[in-house]
Amino acid sequence: MGVWGSGLVKGLSVTLRTMGRRSVTAQYPDVLPELPPRSRGVIALLEENCTVCMLCARECPDWCIYIDSHKETIPAPEGGRERQRNVLDRFDIDFSLCMYCGICIEVCPFDALFWTPEFEYSELDIRDLTHDKARLGQWMQTVPPPPAHDEHGARPKELDAAHKSVDKSDAMAADKAVEEKAVGKATDG
Amino acid sequence: MSEVIEVVLRIVLVLGAFLVLPLLVGQTEHKAMAHMQSRLGPMYAGGFHGWAQLVADGVKFAQKESVVPTAADSTVFRIAPAVALIPYLVVIVAIPVAPGWVGHDLDAGLFFVLAVMGVGVLGSLMAGWASANKFSLLGGLRTAAQLLAYELPFLLAAASVAMAAGTLSLSGIVVAWEPWWLLWQLPGALVFFVAGLAELQRPPFDMPVADSEIIFGAYTEYTGLRFALFLLAEYAGIVVLCALTTVLFLGGWKGPFDLGWDGFGVVWTMAKTFVLAFVVIWLRVSYPRMREDQLQRLAWLVLVPAALAQLALTGVIAVAVS
Repeated sequence: MGVWGSGLVKGLSVTLRTMGRRSVTAQYPDVLPELPPRSRGVIALLEENCTVCMLCARECPDWCIYIDSHKETIPAPEGGRERQRNVLDRFDIDFSLCMYCGICIEVCPFDALFWTPEFEYSELDIRDLTHDKARLGQWMQTVPPPPAHDEHGARPKELDAAHKSVDKSDAMAADKAVEEKAVGKATDG
Repeated sequence: MSEVIEVVLRIVLVLGAFLVLPLLVGQTEHKAMAHMQSRLGPMYAGGFHGWAQLVADGVKFAQKESVVPTAADSTVFRIAPAVALIPYLVVIVAIPVAPGWVGHDLDAGLFFVLAVMGVGVLGSLMAGWASANKFSLLGGLRTAAQLLAYELPFLLAAASVAMAAGTLSLSGIVVAWEPWWLLWQLPGALVFFVAGLAELQRPPFDMPVADSEIIFGAYTEYTGLRFALFLLAEYAGIVVLCALTTVLFLGGWKGPFDLGWDGFGVVWTMAKTFVLAFVVIWLRVSYPRMREDQLQRLAWLVLVPAALAQLALTGVIAVAVS
């Protein structure tokens, strides 16, 4: 408990110290918030990367992703055979159903979906919350660059793999050069 | 002719102070309280940090419908806000801010000021009784209980200063005041300030308007401009209480150093008044509301004995000095 009245003084000092500090109020409409790059605002679609594998639509817990597609035949290159390719007709996300779990983005094997911190897309009509692929594509411009790698963290596996393959191809090139030299000497002599 | 001009000038200045100072205190409360709670407070009205917030509030209140409940005693209901507000205007007339700078210098100024301030609380009682609302009535009764409890230490503390100065004139008290009185009259000053806060029903003594229990006490049925007048009366009351504490206990226009011209005494009076007003706001932000029984206990078991002890001390020392 301490000295009588110390609680009263403490109360006064707390309020006075708080007055000296910066207030935490965000002046939102005037000053936009600085959101971290991984904020879950809205989902953007990079259409070129989509192969219509349907993983996102199937994994979505809310079933809020709608995908339509058709197959197109690519004419055979010389000496090859015809191939078929999926073409995306419709890719809609209904943000009135979306619960921002991010499973679609995690599950996409070709990096076609991205989080962006943009959040100001409220609508007066709930039907307008269904964003089509054109609108989802526009959100791509707001996708922030990924945060830099943590220098104390483990090296990313992709880098290791890339280095390994580079080393391998270097070694192969060196072998080939040695071989060619040997062949050249043999023909000279 | 020059006398007429002087009278008009005094009236205009007093009226100006009465209209501007409470708003200044109110705005300070908005901003200081906000920052003490880590908020920003009003930021839009007037453009720069919401300086015109209270002007905007006034415009809003003026636009609202003034409702008088059917069951209310309409005459009393209507004049209650005026009864609450006007005494503070009258009190401001008698408070000296610099040598010779006073609306009207009264010989029995202290007596006049305390008597008139007591009338202000009557406004709340009238509002509480006339509203024909149980919450208003509860608020009015609590106001009455608080008035009974706190008027006594308030008057005793003021009487102590009058005894020390040997005069009832407010200007006379400031002239007689000496810096060592700060220590001598310290218990009296604390009792006076605390009891004054309780009379104004300011937190932590806002039991009569406790909004979580009895809506808004005596003011529950009020709307529009009448409600605004009650609010204005509260802030005018803060100004009056702080100015009176300054004049009685803190030496009024006397400062730690001389500013040269007598008129500059206004600066000291205003500075002390605003520091005290800030303390009033600070206390409101820091402390929770006291319970009714705690209020009565504080008044009768702490403040009244302290005021009586101060009175005795004043008497002894006054005799010893003379």
